[in-house]
Amino acid sequence: MHRDTLKQLAGRLARREASSVEMTRYFLARIARLGAALNAFITIDEEKSLAQARAADQRIARGEMAPLTGIPIAHKDLFCAKGWRTTAGSKILGNFVSPYDAHVIERFNEDGAVLLGKANMDEFAMGSSNESSYFGPVKNPWDLGAVPGGSSGGSAAAVAARIAPAATGTDTGGSIRQPASFVGVSGLRPTYGRVSRYGIVAFASSLDQAGALGKTAEDLAIVLKTMAGFDARDSTSAERPVEDYPAMLGSGVKGLRIGVPREYFNKDLAPDVAAPIRAAIDEYAKLGARVVEVSLPNQHLSVPAYYVIAPAEASSNLSRYDGVRYGHRAAEYTDLNDMYRRTRAQGFGAEARRRILVGTYVLSHGYYDAYYLQAQKIRRLVANDFAAAFRECDLIMGPAAPSVAYDLGAKSQDAVQMYLDDLYTIPINLAGLPGLSIPCGFGAKGRPVGLQIVGNYFDEGRMLAAAHAYQQATDWHTRIPPGFEKE
Amino acid sequence: MLSQEQVARIAELARLELTPAELAAVREQLNAILAMIDEMKAVDTTGIEPMSHPQSAMQRLRDDNATEPDLRDAFQAIAPAIEDGLYLVPKVIE
Repeated sequence: MHRDTLKQLAGRLARREASSVEMTRYFLARIARLGAALNAFITIDEEKSLAQARAADQRIARGEMAPLTGIPIAHKDLFCAKGWRTTAGSKILGNFVSPYDAHVIERFNEDGAVLLGKANMDEFAMGSSNESSYFGPVKNPWDLGAVPGGSSGGSAAAVAARIAPAATGTDTGGSIRQPASFVGVSGLRPTYGRVSRYGIVAFASSLDQAGALGKTAEDLAIVLKTMAGFDARDSTSAERPVEDYPAMLGSGVKGLRIGVPREYFNKDLAPDVAAPIRAAIDEYAKLGARVVEVSLPNQHLSVPAYYVIAPAEASSNLSRYDGVRYGHRAAEYTDLNDMYRRTRAQGFGAEARRRILVGTYVLSHGYYDAYYLQAQKIRRLVANDFAAAFRECDLIMGPAAPSVAYDLGAKSQDAVQMYLDDLYTIPINLAGLPGLSIPCGFGAKGRPVGLQIVGNYFDEGRMLAAAHAYQQATDWHTRIPPGFEKE
Repeated sequence: MLSQEQVARIAELARLELTPAELAAVREQLNAILAMIDEMKAVDTTGIEPMSHPQSAMQRLRDDNATEPDLRDAFQAIAPAIEDGLYLVPKVIE
């Protein structure tokens, strides 16, 4: 059952080969048996999950199945779910039990999906290795000594180890695509505005977007169709109809123009990653796509601009954690200001603190123009580069990360180096474009490599169809890490 | 380069307590991050319109109707300190 796609799981439920309760118990048992070594989950609540599964079974008995009815899905612990502890990977929300559901959670509930557990993540989604979580690092199922990537590392590891059929994630600077690449699963960050941000703990509001991690492009298409849609409670939610992504999967890649940015293959890209990426693009040419060279000349400015914009928005968003209305409050203090200072110093980890301080500085009087305004202008240049490239091609392809997963602890002491590693994912967030990563081979030490596919605004259907065509022709997406293959 | 005093001032603005030992370490880290950001500061962006957001569309307005249900009790159930429906904080005015 753990090898099944979402469609196959739904088939089992429809044919009554398995009940949702049995399916949920099966994955909970896998989490208990195999998951401990990965630390992929922050909260598991069997009773709550099984109650949803029983309700799903009744719904199935009534013949009212939706695509995800009865199927257990893991959610990044950034999505508020009513009655579930929702921590954002932080001590400051360590005791926060959400009184309401995020829009995304509502959508899964309407479908009758089962909440399998809350997945571990970098604190407030700030990190690229999942080492900044207050609840400890997540391990890469391919090598327990390696990072799974971040910030949606728990979601990615859970899908890779087949202890969750699919999972949600969020992607502010690469937090779905990079971990998907590091653990060898498929991960999609939709266009900014495609999925409502309502009820998702905010990091950087002009960059945050929710998406999904799954075994196949088909699974992503199914999950995105459920997640996406207009929501009046998110002022940036896109008012446009959701396409039938699963129905578009078969459109193929014949005649498709694939743009390969000439800036992508340089000294920053490890040779063991470059080779599988080139082979994947060759595969697309074999399938009938036309490969053209494009240019993104300002892409090298993306990381510096991002590390002004994201911390600026984060420092503003995280000012709400004051120990007054919810979350951690310091036990001892002398006055109100002291309570704020101690509560926040105790509640935030090192990376969150760094970003709050950088953001506070770049927004402070006298520095705003040189940093924040300049970063917004660079953001325009980066977006313009993509607009020009998409006049010459339909999709852009390249790596999702410059290397395969690295060892735990290898970069945790050097924040700047870890930031610079996000050079292939961050430009997409600045522009607000959709991007996905699919497994396309293995690099050094047998660690997975992901191919990034970037589409134009709201072109998720075409991206997923291209990913699906590749997965029909190759079998990288079916590889399971040793130790996690068996029932 | 940020001085020790500047970092202390930023921490004060951000309401983050930093011990003297943390202050030195944080200063070093912030200066490394700002040095990386400097690459961007040198670019000539004369005449480029700042992009604050991926969507250039106008802000959507809703009808002026009360739509929020009363969830005070649910929200206060998770508060660190309340009394008679009020959030408690240390005394502000002596």
